[in-house]
Amino acid sequence: MTMSTQPLTPEIVSQEGNAMVLSMGPQHPSTHGVLQIMLEIEGETVVKAEPEIGYLHTGIEKTAENLFWSQAQTVIERMDYLAPESNSLCYALAVERLLGITDGIPERARVIRVLFMELTRIASHCVWLGTHGIDLGAISVFFYCFDLRENILDLQEAAGGARMHPNYVRVGGLNGDLPNGFLAKLDAFIEKFPGRMRDLRGLLQANPIFQDRTIGVGILSPEAALEWNVTGPSLRGSGIGYDVRKAFPYTGYDSYDFDVPVRSEGDAYARFLVRLDEMEQSHRIVEQARRRLDTPGPVLIDDPKVTAPPKETIALSMEALIHHFKIVSEGFRVPPGDVYQSVESPRGELGYYVVSTGGNRPYRIRTRPPSMYNLQSVKGLAPGNLIADLVVILGSLDPVFGEVDR
Amino acid sequence: MQSSTIKKNLYNVGAILKGLSITFGYMFRKRPTIQYPSVKKQHAPRFHGLHELRRYGDGQERCIGCELCSSACPANAITVIGAENAPGDRVSPGERHAARYEIDELRCIFCGMCEEACPTDAIVLTPRFEMADYRRGSFIYDKDRLLVPIDAGVGAAPDERPGGIPGDLGRVADIKSTTDVAEGYSATWRGEILKTQRRGLASQ
Ligand code: SF4
Ligand code: SF4
Repeated sequence: MTMSTQPLTPEIVSQEGNAMVLSMGPQHPSTHGVLQIMLEIEGETVVKAEPEIGYLHTGIEKTAENLFWSQAQTVIERMDYLAPESNSLCYALAVERLLGITDGIPERARVIRVLFMELTRIASHCVWLGTHGIDLGAISVFFYCFDLRENILDLQEAAGGARMHPNYVRVGGLNGDLPNGFLAKLDAFIEKFPGRMRDLRGLLQANPIFQDRTIGVGILSPEAALEWNVTGPSLRGSGIGYDVRKAFPYTGYDSYDFDVPVRSEGDAYARFLVRLDEMEQSHRIVEQARRRLDTPGPVLIDDPKVTAPPKETIALSMEALIHHFKIVSEGFRVPPGDVYQSVESPRGELGYYVVSTGGNRPYRIRTRPPSMYNLQSVKGLAPGNLIADLVVILGSLDPVFGEVDR
Repeated sequence: MQSSTIKKNLYNVGAILKGLSITFGYMFRKRPTIQYPSVKKQHAPRFHGLHELRRYGDGQERCIGCELCSSACPANAITVIGAENAPGDRVSPGERHAARYEIDELRCIFCGMCEEACPTDAIVLTPRFEMADYRRGSFIYDKDRLLVPIDAGVGAAPDERPGGIPGDLGRVADIKSTTDVAEGYSATWRGEILKTQRRGLASQ
């Protein structure tokens, strides 16, 4: 069979003899969003797979160019909607570096940022595990995962005000300290997690049906993983222990004690195990961050160039009032320059390349979405597998389409 | 049958039984499902829901038509058209008030930046989230639907105070942070209504 560089269309394939073209998606439930995969199949076997992306294109990068630096945060958070904090933190870190205030971020804000990064990682992996299970017919897992995730969303709602896009991490720190009663809720979650994790492992890890479907399926060799630029758990399932949290520590990750789980098999089962281990490591970090939260302190940098004054001071001084009006109506300015900042999102290395020309709006924000690079490896992984296995491969790569298409 | 096959089969049956025992155990646990809509979820005090425009205790509107909320809004959801207060028939303390105030809740992304921007704590987000409707036009909330009833105002109007700026600024954010998240109602009129409704449902 000849590989054509043109997109697969029925006309092209009908000229190629035996093969048949199947369009999987964009409404197929197992494509986890709106992905279309053009498949060339012979019988049940995939000969060629071509992911067609762009169905969820929302123009977030462009929209952000028309917003103030502070407002851009709200739309950027919507890229990877399963892990909003990783987007907003990465963006905030990038802008803080441009502003030169990285060292001024209060310690408590940094701890809470780490806390939410890890909670959001657990929540995101819960969605992955639940949907991966449901793709393979394991329905109970889905409910138990979403129940666990609900607890994290409650925490997000308590702190930031919204379940999915709390707009909590801001340039310069956080939007307000943790509310009253948050820590009690967090403690309850920390306590609940290990038991629930044991149940989830018990349901899937040793299950022969699950093992049959995943072991040896979609083997991604370390070389291929590097060639496709795969990062995150999918890369670590192929034996390469690259984790941005360890390689380029940010927001104080070097002061936490955690391991980076690595597996060398490279199949869907290895990626499954790596993510499960990662959830447990995240729980470890959450516990450590919880212990540091007992010390009170400020959560927002005290820099009049970036932050508005506290509201109660507006009533007392004219300067504060004018300052408040200025910050709200024209935002803050960021010195000219460009910076690339990356964080370890639940899906891999998430990076923002931010360019400023000195104005109050970003000149350009370019995203390096981990899902997009991970997804491209389907092209190499799918040929030779059954269609049913393609579902497993896709699930084990865990793409999020808000991020792929932006 | 070979002994290795038997072993494998036994292992498989064991693993499946283990899974079944876990799901069976869950039947006797507390159910996390909420019987919505007859039972409503308790939202956190900080929840970003439907907006409300507040008043002072004497019934005057807090909004002074400064348009800061609309310039802070990343989604361009707010339209404010300000007007001078007529002497003798003032709508708000100070010189100006909002003649028109509209929020397009379909554009709104519920980020909460309008509440942070407002210099008089006039616009606040409440825990109410049920806004479904049949027509797009119904999502444009004007003053009629945003303003709280005349007797639901809070705080002393600044006319009675030196300096002309209300003294309870930042109180909303303050109450939202200090109310226990398990308590779950907010400093707003709609939040209070929701709380009474919830109490009613719970006692039924
Ligand atoms: S919550 Fe955000 S999007 Fe909605 S009106 Fe207020 S500022 Fe605009
Ligand atoms: S709601 Fe507040 S910010 Fe908006 S116009 Fe009225 S006073 Fe100004």
